[in-house]
Amino acid sequence: MKTLGVFGKKIGMTQIYSKEGLSIPVTVVQLGENIVTRKLTKDKDGYEAIQVGAFAIKERKLTKPALGSFKKNEIAPVAPLREFHVADSATYNVGQPLPIAEILKEEMLVDVRGKSIGKGFQGTVKRYHAARGPMTHGSKFHRSMGSIGAGTTPGRVFRGTHMPGQMGNQNVCTRRTKIVRVDTDKNLLLIKGPVPGAEGSLVLISPTRLKWNG
Amino acid sequence: MNQIIRDIEAPFIKDDLPELNVGDSVKVFVKIIEGGKERTQGYEGVIIKRRGSGIGKTITVRRVFQGIGIERVFPLNSPRIEKIKVLRRGVVRRAKLYYLRQRTGKATRIKEKTGGRREVEVKPTKIVAEKPEEQS
Repeated sequence: MKTLGVFGKKIGMTQIYSKEGLSIPVTVVQLGENIVTRKLTKDKDGYEAIQVGAFAIKERKLTKPALGSFKKNEIAPVAPLREFHVADSATYNVGQPLPIAEILKEEMLVDVRGKSIGKGFQGTVKRYHAARGPMTHGSKFHRSMGSIGAGTTPGRVFRGTHMPGQMGNQNVCTRRTKIVRVDTDKNLLLIKGPVPGAEGSLVLISPTRLKWNG
Repeated sequence: MNQIIRDIEAPFIKDDLPELNVGDSVKVFVKIIEGGKERTQGYEGVIIKRRGSGIGKTITVRRVFQGIGIERVFPLNSPRIEKIKVLRRGVVRRAKLYYLRQRTGKATRIKEKTGGRREVEVKPTKIVAEKPEEQS
């Protein structure tokens, strides 16, 4: 189930000081428009959900069919769109922004999802922190892989064996990170610690599903 | 750096810090909370290292106390740093005075900078609400 969350853009990291004078590392996230673009109901669609658009975009960035639904509901075009399951979609209005101050509160724990920085096709040394061989003294074993298993028994390579391949550029979630500050005027969010992705990349912030979490 | 980040950092950055250089002898007044009470403690020593910029700027201050070398890192923009007093300007030819760790006694002396601008008395930082007590 996709819990309700808000979209934002990662700005970068810095640090601030708490009241006690302790330094807190924070990631700054610029929140998007987060406009409800469609309501899905149990009668019509089989489940209760709302569709949310993250950022306002130019009209020319969309195809005519995609623009159609925005025109019909008379809302400014937003992208990307995503559905969130909600208990009752009747409490939301199409064209209205999500109530960010109600969803995100200070000191709350959130899960932050994003796409990690792509590192390309990498070997086992960088990808899995495998040890490398000596670079000199006549050694010919530098950064290549070692053994990938025994011989006749088992006669195959075990699934999940660490091998070279694509590293990064995949969906990553940092769980249970604390919100340090919610700035609804400037639409900014400060989250303690790092969040996935490069600066400027899209992140989805949703409250951690815990009993005592807001 | 991004303007948004700069705006977030701006209220924390102190504008009344004295000019601090490696080799200077300083006294750092640190606010400490002890049993619910707040008091100020002075820490005196030589700056052996400056690091970082903006909000994350720090200095490392070394002193030898009871024969044991102590190095403390102070984040300059921390509200716990009440004020910093420059006691003596030193002449050094290194950016990092790690060589002091190997030396003791007379060998750790640093030549004093003579001439140049006179020091301006450092005002307490804007974060300080009440007058600091005498340091212990």
